[in-house]
Amino acid sequence: MKQPTIFERSVAGRRGVTLPRLSPAEARGPLPVPPALCADAPPDLPEVSELDVVRHYTLLSQRNCCVDTHFYPLGSCTMKYNPRVCEKVAALDGFAGIHPLLPQLRGGGALTQGALEVLWRTERLLCDLTGMEAFTLQPMAGAHGELTGLLLIAAYHRAQGRPRRRVLIPDSAHGTNPASAAIAGFEVVPVATGPDGTIDLADFEARLTPDTAAVMLTCPNTLGLFERQIREVAERAHANGTLLYYDGANMNALMGRVRPGDLGFDVLHLNAHKTLSTPHGGGGPGAGPVGVKAALLPFLPVSTVEKRDDGTFALNYDRPQSIGYIAPFYGNFGVLLRAYTYLLALGGDGLREATDHAVLNANYLRVRLRACFDVPYDRLCLHEVVLSAERQARAGVRAVDIAKALIDAGFHPPTVYFPLIVREALMIEPTETESKQTLDSFIAALEAIARRAEEEPGSFAEQPASTPVSRPDETKAARDMRLKA
Amino acid sequence: MMRFTEEHEWVRIEGATARIGITDHAQHALGDITYVELPKVGRTVRRGEALAVVESVKAASDVYAPLGGRVAAVNARLAESPETVNAAAEGDGWLCTLEGFDPTEAEALMSAEQYAAFCRA
Repeated sequence: MKQPTIFERSVAGRRGVTLPRLSPAEARGPLPVPPALCADAPPDLPEVSELDVVRHYTLLSQRNCCVDTHFYPLGSCTMKYNPRVCEKVAALDGFAGIHPLLPQLRGGGALTQGALEVLWRTERLLCDLTGMEAFTLQPMAGAHGELTGLLLIAAYHRAQGRPRRRVLIPDSAHGTNPASAAIAGFEVVPVATGPDGTIDLADFEARLTPDTAAVMLTCPNTLGLFERQIREVAERAHANGTLLYYDGANMNALMGRVRPGDLGFDVLHLNAHKTLSTPHGGGGPGAGPVGVKAALLPFLPVSTVEKRDDGTFALNYDRPQSIGYIAPFYGNFGVLLRAYTYLLALGGDGLREATDHAVLNANYLRVRLRACFDVPYDRLCLHEVVLSAERQARAGVRAVDIAKALIDAGFHPPTVYFPLIVREALMIEPTETESKQTLDSFIAALEAIARRAEEEPGSFAEQPASTPVSRPDETKAARDMRLKA
Repeated sequence: MMRFTEEHEWVRIEGATARIGITDHAQHALGDITYVELPKVGRTVRRGEALAVVESVKAASDVYAPLGGRVAAVNARLAESPETVNAAAEGDGWLCTLEGFDPTEAEALMSAEQYAAFCRA
């Protein structure tokens, strides 16, 4: 199972390429490189043949655990399948070959009408999906969308002549919410969760001060529960002049059923990879489109895509109240194009069905698994369910052990230890595309693990056994960080 | 006298100084602590204000000031050895001391028995 590293494959003197020899004159004379740029010693590189390299990286690529190879119920991450049609459209020459500066060049607008129309139409579709007035597609990821949204909120309050400093965030929120609010210059105020797993309205009211700029909410929240008191929260916030921010991280649970704009949200971001099936991409190019109600429209980042009276499309940079540039060009166009394709391929009914299936799958898991695991908030959930391994932990088998055992059973583990308000949390998000057969085999694996936790709690220490490295020392990695060789 | 908060901090009054840390229950729930961010000496805090941050392999958590006061000293050894909090949360793993606090604020906090009952609930 263990695969040597590329350095361990190194054999002194072995080469993958043959560099041209220096001519006798070059070999005699000084190198055509300034001495200051020359290293004292050759770099420590592995000495391998081309075939060594090909085989090494091909084997490594086969070790990948991804949606294309495994059931990947990583809660809160919405590991959606990426339909191949979206990839096909994104690879079309007319889109893939376009230069990002072209629309700004003289006459370039005429050559980029198709791409500009895609952006414009994507914005319209997202407005339909969310009930917002306008969108910017520029933010490069969800958290970048949060920061953009908060900067819009700050600009809005400044324009009212009354800047505000505080942002209220429930204690069940994703960590990015307080981080984004802090980076945008706000003071973060946590709000407690009530016994039913949703926002504690009394605590919320107690913390809603005249200085509160916004409330950031994820709905359904990170427990997978719909915020039943959302209307009350919206009313209290708006009566206070406070804006409501919707973290679209869990929008996969609402598509075609509920529009955040109708619930009273003023600003939102979507995670294209979590809702619109664009690739997660290992931190690579993403998109976190931000939608706003009319009151925030003047502050949107430049540029905006506009449709002229003659039906052509153009970029507008003349927006005096704009918060300015938040990203180069017009966002990650290739990602947005995939999102647009996904929206059109599924259509309104298809998007609603995707949400229905995501919710059905999560509830199927909740009901089938509650015999062997605790379900701290056991009521109808939406697209994900949070179990607790507290029962197993009492016998010494913790959530992390269950996650490691699932790897050996052939599944990517669920999210563990989040949300923070659930002890020994196992957060499972199956998504809409998984079949009943897949869900049943996952349930069977978890049932077997729960049985083993009772009968042989000591048998988990050696797991996972099927991976090249069994259990990395996470504590040592965090305490003794060495970022340089 | 040791007192406890619902946010799992402890405070021990030592004359004019109040020593503060997180409880053994808290360190156990957090798991291996990897980093502790301590307040600046001389900083004035209100009761309930975020005072320090404790980072573990699982999460980063704020530590709230159980009392209002001025930070008199911090436990410098935690920079090198954050695991001290795991080993002795209610002893050598203290976070900081406060002075200029109001002793009646401390009396309003939970006793050891009350805190133990709170954790069981």
